[in-house]
Amino acid sequence: MSTYLLKLYVTGQTPRSRRAIENLRRICEEELRGQYEMHVIDVLERPQLAEDEKILATPTVVKELPMPIRRIIGDLSDAEKVLLGLDLLPCQPRNDTASRKEEGVDLV
Amino acid sequence: MTWYNYSGPVPKLVTGIPGFDLIAYGGLPEGRSTLLSGTSGSAKTVFACQFLAEGVRRGEPGVFVTFEESPEAIRKNMEGFNWDIPAWEKAGQWAFVDVSPHPGQETIISGSYDLNGLLVRIENAARKVGAKRMSLDSLGGVFAQLGDTTLVRNELFRIVSALKELKVTSIITAERTEEYGQISRYGIEEFVTDNVVILRNGLEQEKRRRTIEILKFRGATHQKGEYPFTVSPNQGVVVIPLSAIELKQKSTDVRIRSGVPELDRMCGGGFFRDSIILLSGATGTGKTLVTTMFIAGGVEAGERCLLFAFEESRDQLFRNATGWGVDFEKMESAGKLKVVCEYPETGSLEDHLIAMKAVVDEFRPQRIAVDSLSALERVATIKSFREFAIGLTSYIKDKNVAGLFTATSSSLLGGTSVTETHISTITDSIILLRYVEMHGEMRRGVTVLKMRGSTHEKSIREFTIDGTGMHIGKPFRNISGILSGHFMHLPPGEIERLREMFKDDGDVTPAAVPPAVGGSETPDRSR
Repeated sequence: MSTYLLKLYVTGQTPRSRRAIENLRRICEEELRGQYEMHVIDVLERPQLAEDEKILATPTVVKELPMPIRRIIGDLSDAEKVLLGLDLLPCQPRNDTASRKEEGVDLV
Repeated sequence: MTWYNYSGPVPKLVTGIPGFDLIAYGGLPEGRSTLLSGTSGSAKTVFACQFLAEGVRRGEPGVFVTFEESPEAIRKNMEGFNWDIPAWEKAGQWAFVDVSPHPGQETIISGSYDLNGLLVRIENAARKVGAKRMSLDSLGGVFAQLGDTTLVRNELFRIVSALKELKVTSIITAERTEEYGQISRYGIEEFVTDNVVILRNGLEQEKRRRTIEILKFRGATHQKGEYPFTVSPNQGVVVIPLSAIELKQKSTDVRIRSGVPELDRMCGGGFFRDSIILLSGATGTGKTLVTTMFIAGGVEAGERCLLFAFEESRDQLFRNATGWGVDFEKMESAGKLKVVCEYPETGSLEDHLIAMKAVVDEFRPQRIAVDSLSALERVATIKSFREFAIGLTSYIKDKNVAGLFTATSSSLLGGTSVTETHISTITDSIILLRYVEMHGEMRRGVTVLKMRGSTHEKSIREFTIDGTGMHIGKPFRNISGILSGHFMHLPPGEIERLREMFKDDGDVTPAAVPPAVGGSETPDRSR
C-alpha cells in the first residue's frame, strides 16, 4: 500500500528534468521503499495539468498525500530539503525548538 | 491628424481606454510589451483588465496572467465596471493564467529550477483563445513567491522575450514604492525596456490626484507629461487628454440672444453661438439671475438648455427663477431644459468632468450654463482646477454650443476671482457684475470686459433687478474706480470736461468703438 502520492512536473527531457527524476526516485527508494507512488508529468505534453495545479517553476514535486499538500521546487539536488518537504525529517527541527524553549525557561 | 500626431514607425494597437489613445497617439506599440508601473492603489490592475476588456469588445481575445490576486477576486472586483469576465471566459475570449500564491501550501526549494512551467502555461492559454492582448499583473509577485532574485529576474526576462514570439501586445504591471523615484521594485524596467507608462496617485493638499504619464515608447511618439485620469464606475480608467485637445473649433458669426436685450446691445448684438462666456461678480450681484435669463432666452429661441448648479438646490433655483418670472418647471417638462444639481464634494473634478460630459452627450444642448464654476475650486488643487476648466471649455467648444460660466469674486467690492485668473484667457467673453456704492446705497453695475471677435460697449452700466428680471440702465458717469472697488465721485463739471476731451468716445454706440481697443482700459479713461 502506498501512503505517499508524489507528482513531479517537468518541462521536456532537459538535463535538469532528468536530474530531478533521478534524485526523487533515489530518495524515495532509500526512504520510502514500497510506500510511494510517483508520477512524472511533462507539462509540455499536458499543459492543462500544469494549469490546474498552478505550476510556476519546474521541476516541481507536489506531495498530494499524505496531507498537508506540499511543494518542492528545483532539481532536488539538496536531499535534506527534499526530506523536509516529504515530512521525513520530523524530529530534528522539533527537537531544536524544544531545546531552545528549555533554555529560554532556564534563563527566566 | 495634425503635424505632431505622427505616430512613428512602430504600428499602434488601439487600446480603447478612453483618452489614453489620444495621449499615446493611437495606442500601445503593437506586438510589444509595455511596463505599467505605479504605487499600490494606483489602478494598475483596473488598467490591465480594461486593456483586455476593450480588446474583447473589439474582437481581440486576451490572456490575464495574475501573480497576486486570484482569478475569483478579479472576476468579482471587475463586475462593478460591467465587465462580465466569466461570460468572456465561456466564450473563449478571455483566459486566466493563475499564478497567485496558494494559501496554506508551503513551498520548499531544493536545487536549481526555471520558470518553464509558467511559460508553457502562458503559451497554452494564448494558443487556446488566440490571444492578441495579454496582461501580466503584477510581475513583482513572482519575486515574493520565489526567493532567488537573480534567477527570477533572468527567467522573467526570458518570458518577456518569449511574449514577442506570441505576437501579443502586452501590459506588464509592476509595483513601485514612491510616486517619484525608482521606476519599479526589483528593477523590472531593466528587462521591459521598450515602453514605460507610469500611473500616479499622489496626495496634494489633502486631495488625491491620479495622473498617467507615458515615459517612453521606443520607436514611437506620444504626448509627454502627466495627464489626470479617474476611475469611473461605468467606464473604468478615463484619461483626460488636456494638451492633446486640438484647437480645431470652428468659428461662427451667428449671434445668440443672452436673454437680456440691453446686454445683447452691450455685447455688440449678442453672444456668439460657439463662445464661452465668463460671468464674474461678488456674491449677490446677480450671477444666478443672468444665468437664468440666459437659459430663458435660449428656451425662448427654441434651444435646448442645460444647467449645472453647484451652489443651489433644485428647489432654490426653481423658486429664484419664478421670482424673476421664469418658469423652469414648464421648460423642463417641455424637454427644453435639464437642470443638474450636484454638490462639488460628491467627487473629484475628474469625476465631475466625466459626468458632465456624459450629460452633455446625452442631452445634446445648444446652451450650457455652469453656476458656479468657482464652487468647484474648493474640491481641488489649483492645477486640477485649471485642467478641469480647460477640459470642460474645450469639450463645450468642440460641441459648438454656447457656454456661460459664473465665477464668484472673493471681495464684495472690486477684485477678481481665482476662477477668473485661471480661465479668463480661454473664454471668449467676460462680463463683470459689480457692486457700486453711491450716496450710501449699494447699486449694481455691469460691464463687458472682453468680447472676442466683436466690438462691445466699454461703459459700466447700472442695472436693477425686479420681478421680471434684469434691467440695464444708464452708464455710471459720475463715479470712477468701480472695478478696483475704490470709488471716486466726479463733480458734474469734470464729467463735461472729460466728454470734451474724448469726444469720439462719448456716448458709446458699438459701431463707434475701435475694435482694437482693449476693454480693460475703460476705467482709467473715465478718470
